[in-house]
Amino acid sequence: MAIKRDKKEEEDGGNPFQSLDKTSVLQDARTFNETPVEPRKCTPILTKILYLLNQGEQLGPAEATETFFAVTKLFQSNNTLLRRMVYLGIKELSLIAQDVIIVTSSLTKDMTGKEDLYRAAAIRALCSITDATMLQTIERYMKQAIVDRNPAVASAALVSSLHMSRIASDVVKRWVNEAQEAVNSDSIMVQYHALGLLFHIRKNDRLAVTKLVAKLTRMSLKSPFAVCMLIRIACKLLEEESSGEYADSPLFDFIEACLRHKSETVVYEAAAALVNLRHTTTRQITPAVSVLQLFCSSPKPALRFAAVRTLNKVAMTHPTAVTSCNIDLENLITDSNRSIATLAITTLLKTGAESAVDRLMKQIASFVSEISDEFKIVVVQAIRALCLKFPRKHGTLMTFLSAMLRDEGGLEYKASIADTLISLIEGNPEAKESGLAHLCEFIEDCEHTSLAVRILHLLGKEGPKTKQPSRYIRFIYNRVILENAVVRAAAVSALSQFGAQCPDLLENILVLLARCQMDTDDEVRDRATYYFSILQNQDRHLINNYIVEPPQVCVSSLEKALMLHLMETPEEVFDLSSVPLAPPPLSDEVQAAPTVVQEPLAALGRPAVSKEESASDRLRAIPELSWIQGPLFKSSDPISLTESETEYQVRVTKHVFKNHIVLQFDCTNTMSDQLLEKVRVQLEVSEGYQIVAEVPCQRLACSETSPTYIALQFPDAPNLTVTNFAATLRFVVKDCDPMTGIPNSDDGYEEDYMLEDVEVMLADQMQRLTKSNFGAAWEEGESYSELEDTYNLSGINSLEEAVRSVVSFMGMQPADRSDRVQPDKSSHTVYLGGMFRGGVEVLARAKLAMGNSPGVAMQLTVRSPNPDICELIISVVG
Amino acid sequence: MRILILGLDGAGKTTILYRLQVGEVVTTIPTIGFNVEQVTYKNLKFQVWDLGGQTSIRPYWRCYFSNTDAIIYVVDSADKDRIGISKDELFYMLKEEELQGAILVVLANKQDMEGCLSVAEVHQALGLDQLKNRTFQIFKTSAVKGEGLDSAMDWLSNALQNKK
Repeated sequence: MAIKRDKKEEEDGGNPFQSLDKTSVLQDARTFNETPVEPRKCTPILTKILYLLNQGEQLGPAEATETFFAVTKLFQSNNTLLRRMVYLGIKELSLIAQDVIIVTSSLTKDMTGKEDLYRAAAIRALCSITDATMLQTIERYMKQAIVDRNPAVASAALVSSLHMSRIASDVVKRWVNEAQEAVNSDSIMVQYHALGLLFHIRKNDRLAVTKLVAKLTRMSLKSPFAVCMLIRIACKLLEEESSGEYADSPLFDFIEACLRHKSETVVYEAAAALVNLRHTTTRQITPAVSVLQLFCSSPKPALRFAAVRTLNKVAMTHPTAVTSCNIDLENLITDSNRSIATLAITTLLKTGAESAVDRLMKQIASFVSEISDEFKIVVVQAIRALCLKFPRKHGTLMTFLSAMLRDEGGLEYKASIADTLISLIEGNPEAKESGLAHLCEFIEDCEHTSLAVRILHLLGKEGPKTKQPSRYIRFIYNRVILENAVVRAAAVSALSQFGAQCPDLLENILVLLARCQMDTDDEVRDRATYYFSILQNQDRHLINNYIVEPPQVCVSSLEKALMLHLMETPEEVFDLSSVPLAPPPLSDEVQAAPTVVQEPLAALGRPAVSKEESASDRLRAIPELSWIQGPLFKSSDPISLTESETEYQVRVTKHVFKNHIVLQFDCTNTMSDQLLEKVRVQLEVSEGYQIVAEVPCQRLACSETSPTYIALQFPDAPNLTVTNFAATLRFVVKDCDPMTGIPNSDDGYEEDYMLEDVEVMLADQMQRLTKSNFGAAWEEGESYSELEDTYNLSGINSLEEAVRSVVSFMGMQPADRSDRVQPDKSSHTVYLGGMFRGGVEVLARAKLAMGNSPGVAMQLTVRSPNPDICELIISVVG
Repeated sequence: MRILILGLDGAGKTTILYRLQVGEVVTTIPTIGFNVEQVTYKNLKFQVWDLGGQTSIRPYWRCYFSNTDAIIYVVDSADKDRIGISKDELFYMLKEEELQGAILVVLANKQDMEGCLSVAEVHQALGLDQLKNRTFQIFKTSAVKGEGLDSAMDWLSNALQNKK
């Protein structure tokens, strides 16, 4: 019998639920309505429902509600197993079913009843069916449960409270005393959960958090999990203090003391925290690194993994501190756990000397096929770092990478290799030719369309500038013959680049493009025709502006502008320069700071709409502002005009149009006993500016944020546009009851509040414009007007700093990677491309040099078709 | 056997349920949803459902009508203002198809309160004269004092056994 069953299980994969069907299971659920209830029949049916829901099966609201009410009938059975399944069923169905509050009384009874097996689960189910309005009715029971003697009950209540705070934070805030009491619990779990809730309730009140941490660090917590949490909170506070000086901080001492805690979890947490703090010095992290070093030889794989993974990260920030662990890491290379071995090798690659590279690469090669894609990516990243560190090793490393490229692997893995090769090619001129050759070979047999397209684009960009451009043509044209339409289109674009930049190849390219015009795909034909007719023309200006440097408009804005054009002025010529530019992608070196304390409830992802577009829609919806002509050119990031802890907070966002600027002031009222009305900002406008519209905010209750707008017309002379306006917030105050927010009387009094000045800067009026071939553009610009001046940038002590401040001040895009300063050089030149509002192109060349005197000397040359703009830039810099 | 206890909010349904089950007066809070308990009376086992009487909960009563053998309808005899509403709810409910065979017991509860309506007055106010084709009886009770519940349950057990 047993054998028979085994065989059967083998046949259907061993999953008895595999062939479940929603309709029949829901049909079975009608059994729940029968009396008396048969637990042995009902429990498996409930299990099936839960299985289906967890497999992603969708139930409609009607189905779910019917099933939910059937499940409520099961409360008449006192079978413990069935009851616990009922709780799970309620939790799952409560998300879809309606009228779920019907089980409130039953669950309240179970959570306060004698049966301990029910209580914790009943609390969790109860909180899943309760909304903000109903929470008050169970508040008393929740408070009791938080301080219950039974740890499972207390933990369930604490965690549920954390979830409830998302929908009813003000109610949960009232339970702070109970949470405080639960922190003193003997149970490890309860203490941890209590601290979690306590922190969540207070997290917006910095002072309260500081006090909480100060108190808890003194009274050694019993629960290692709670200590870990405390370490994370302490780190967050340290990071926020931002003075960058940890030496005298009691918080820092606390974290360091945790390195000697008896729990390994706490010790690891403390060590990881110390090395991840942004401003720790190498000396400060030495004790943490020693602890991690010790963990490297632990018999527990989890500890070894955690330690080597952390060391791997530290190797980026403090390579010298990790060098002391090299011997331990060497031992881990042969670890039977491949993940540990991979991390050990890649850490060594980061810290090791140039001479060790070859040996380590050989070692990796021996097992690279055995590790998962995820760790292969770690290896690739390490190689990338190596390439930057030891440019001379590019030969070895590149061969290795191209071997990896030929292996099996997913898109993400392949993309990371291609990324590395591309950055190598861009960063190291010596590596360019061989790197391109590797990539050419790779696209001969590449199954990932997106990668093939990227590589073709790169070939189009870099290929024409190599010594022998013709060798790439065959690889590219092969794609036109063999690949799908998307790749074919990319190949056509790449070919045209060769045609545009290599005059001796032009004739051949034209033949190839003519053939591409026969393609079956619309896009491919369109592109071929477009490029063919421009190239055939041989007009340098056209070729430069529409092939080498194609217009970089933001596609969705272009679509909107065209729609508007068709609706309003279809008979006029469409002005392409009025369309906002696509913002160039940020350079990949921008790294997000590691978040120390993760929010327990993750925020929703932000939709990927450009800032300008969403702002433009908002502004168009305001009748007083909708007449402003032209599309929105640029929106600034919000800038605070008040200190962060003040009664009223105001943030300004500058929306720039062709001839106008709209200032959006987002005002927040933090005074609970005041209702503000007729809120507006009064500006002292400087010469040339003219206020053309004003939209006050009629009503601003406590903790609300609402915008008020002012629209100004720019002065005709550009050199008057960069200026400051003094600003005052004006409003009518009505005192009101802090609880209800209803004003005590209808009479208010006028009040005003000084704000910081609003600055209109050069960068506000400038869009970044990527020039992929700056040299050609600069030559093209010889016909423009040009101004030049020299400056001394005092207070700036390095070339990098000078480059950063020039780029951000001008609001322009550095071209040809000229924002990267070679180390040990005493001079550097940055090339910048931008577009002034109204669609006027601006090019700039800044020659920077470190002299004997302090500061950096800069010679700035600006070219633009509009001489006033050159003058403006020259006059405001400095 | 399946019994429903129904009535307006604050009539004393939950108090009656637990008086029957454990023989004591327990402190209750307004029932949001229902309570269900196993009650044994003179060797007869009943599954007793006490459904909340608030206006917002009354629409859900019908979800629990099927297979019901008897209804205990509780009236607050001291709440003269709402006895009309109580009558409407009763007749609205008795129209339901699923309850055609159910025996009805009306409890004129809270007889311990001063100035309450008498049994006859409750009978009159609920319009029980109009009931045709329904086994029913009205009793005066006080759940807090425990008076009248036994005679009501005696009658109900007999009626249920006769029905079989």
